[in-house]
Amino acid sequence: MKRALMGSLSAFALTAMAGGVMADGHSGPVKIGVLATLEGTFTVLGEDGVRGLRTALAQSDGTAGGREIELIIQSTDASPDSALRGARKLIEQDNVNIVIGPLSGSEGIAIRDYSKTAPGVTFINGISGAMETTYVTPSENFFRFNTDGAQWSSGLGNYVFNEKGWESVATVGEDYSFIYTQVFGFVTEFCAAGGEVTERLWVPLGTKDFGSIIAALPDDVDAIYLGLGGGDAVNFLNQYQQAGGDANLIGGSIMVDGTVLSSEGSAKEALIGTPSAGPQADTWDNAAWQGYVKAYQDTFPPEERFPSPSLLATGYYNATNAMLTCMTEVGGDLSDGQAGFRSCLSNLTLEAPNGTITLDENRQAIGTNFVSEVVELDDGTLATQMVSMAENVNQTLGIDKAAFDAIGLPSRESPACRSSY
Amino acid sequence: MRRFANTHPIWTGIIAIIVVILLWLIFAIWPPGLVDVIGRKKVFLSALFNGITLGGLYFLVASGFTLIFGLMRNVNLAHGTLYLLGGYVGFHAANITGYWLLAFPVAFVVVGVCGVLLQVLVFRRMEGEDLRQTLVTIGISIVMADLMLWGFGGDFVNISPPSWLSGPVETFFVTAQKRSGDLVYLKYPIVRIVIFVAAVVLGVGMWLALNKTRIGMMIRAGVDDRDMLSATGARIQIVFVGVFAFGAGLAGIAGVVGGTFQSIAPGEDIRFLLASLVVVIVGGMGSIPGAALGALLIGLAEQFGSVYFPTYAVVLTFLIMVLVLAFRPQGLMGQS
Repeated sequence: MKRALMGSLSAFALTAMAGGVMADGHSGPVKIGVLATLEGTFTVLGEDGVRGLRTALAQSDGTAGGREIELIIQSTDASPDSALRGARKLIEQDNVNIVIGPLSGSEGIAIRDYSKTAPGVTFINGISGAMETTYVTPSENFFRFNTDGAQWSSGLGNYVFNEKGWESVATVGEDYSFIYTQVFGFVTEFCAAGGEVTERLWVPLGTKDFGSIIAALPDDVDAIYLGLGGGDAVNFLNQYQQAGGDANLIGGSIMVDGTVLSSEGSAKEALIGTPSAGPQADTWDNAAWQGYVKAYQDTFPPEERFPSPSLLATGYYNATNAMLTCMTEVGGDLSDGQAGFRSCLSNLTLEAPNGTITLDENRQAIGTNFVSEVVELDDGTLATQMVSMAENVNQTLGIDKAAFDAIGLPSRESPACRSSY
Repeated sequence: MRRFANTHPIWTGIIAIIVVILLWLIFAIWPPGLVDVIGRKKVFLSALFNGITLGGLYFLVASGFTLIFGLMRNVNLAHGTLYLLGGYVGFHAANITGYWLLAFPVAFVVVGVCGVLLQVLVFRRMEGEDLRQTLVTIGISIVMADLMLWGFGGDFVNISPPSWLSGPVETFFVTAQKRSGDLVYLKYPIVRIVIFVAAVVLGVGMWLALNKTRIGMMIRAGVDDRDMLSATGARIQIVFVGVFAFGAGLAGIAGVVGGTFQSIAPGEDIRFLLASLVVVIVGGMGSIPGAALGALLIGLAEQFGSVYFPTYAVVLTFLIMVLVLAFRPQGLMGQS
């Protein structure tokens, strides 16, 4: 009995391996697995991420380097273990060649670690933005074509201190790696400019009841920084409106994103005029950006999409385009452990709709960042409008690497608010 | 009450002292020294009131759960599903008709009918078989969760209250005194006050119905000894169906309430099932006053935890449960 079992197991293992080898060859469909948060707090974000991916695929007629694309979409819920389960399923059960995803910060860290155990598969990050994902023990086969949460904060600290004249700020954020990274970027710049961060409040991801947190917001600061996203952001704004809140707000990148600005109800109007920073500005008049917005709008009927793509859609769009570009360059050849494909990705200069993107030695994006403000458009929808932009923002935020390392990794308390770093 | 004071003089003293301190904390203007130690009074008062209103919501869910358990010994693990379904039904009812208040009767009736179906099609067929009931209701809740994900989507749903309920109202609680001598009053969301009042009215109504009416008498008799009640000629199956429908309907109403002052989404069913389990374990299985006390304790623990020690807020709820199980396993108001 036991022998028979062992026999069938090894036979199964052999076929599985053979299948893997076959799929790795030059022809036949290429299997692409997608990780996106289609459950939980970030459902809306995941859905728009998939829309971005589909926009890119529609532009290439569903082929990559001459090969058909077989798409397998796996849902996660923003928790690292759901991402891990999803990735295992994609690789061990579906035998995918390439994984695009995940979406959320802590998922990214888990997938970075997992990618080391699956050297035959190439991982292209969806839009997860924790700093550690690529900055600490980077993985050879994990590529990130989006800038991280700290890079997304670039320019915001100086803007609110110098232009808005806000000198003291308290932060509220979800208690996980991406928001730590966002606050890291904001605090380092804002404090270096002369500002003071008086208090940092953290709430669990997926918090429903913000009543007490809203009451605990200090009155004696110039503005409140909100690092929330998806359902949490909408919940917060609803309850903030019910409580009659009227402080100056500063938005984290996914707080003032299309996913929140297109939500139902009137609570989002509290965000009009809120400064923020991120990898895109919705109403940028650049031709490439407008072309991308049009492609997104043409791919989906109006009721199944946002008025314009969210930064999640843009992230998945760029990741997919990087994949498509390199598949074309290698002619669909993923043999030799995908060596040619990976070397192409590492050296790629991606002309993305939101500015040129290149990768550093950790396979982390160096890209453009935008400071923006929320405005109400003529048709009554809300969008972010560019205030300024900075090109080639790198992961150490222009700080010398040794000094940057001395700050410490993003966490609840780190970085401390100091006038120089 | 007097009997309690006579038999437990020390406990009565402790409770009296706590009540006096609490009243002082609520009504006095805090001296600066106290503010330095535990923060501003506004934060404390808000956490207190938010905890009480959250307790009101938990009570709505848990009272149906505890009523069903108390009478029929049915552990209905699909109770969270009824909550979520009520929320979705209420959301669509309010959207289609444009009347927020209409969401409540619609959710009550639709979810109540689901409860009747559950009782007739599932529980009646496996009466007295606890394990089978538990497994079947877990199965139903998983299937229903997927069906609702399919039907209503994975997005967050927020039921907007009408305009007369939005925004804050100034209460008569003083939070601070300005240097000029003006008093600063606490502003509090009106929708939460309304929800809390509604929960209290419902709770008192339920208590009266249980203790002062004939049907209530039958239900109480059924809780104590089901077989004897049916032997006296009471049509116990009808009572069962009625109680199940009412308990399920309450969960449906709670769904509308939860969707109004928080929001509903996939996964909320598990959260509220867990919350009502903890509430009835702390309060005592089958006891309505127990459910009220348990809901209040859990709501306060969550809110105070989230403000004063956010890192361990999640643990606090379960710590209360562990303590109750360790020292009073039948629950605070439960009969041993």
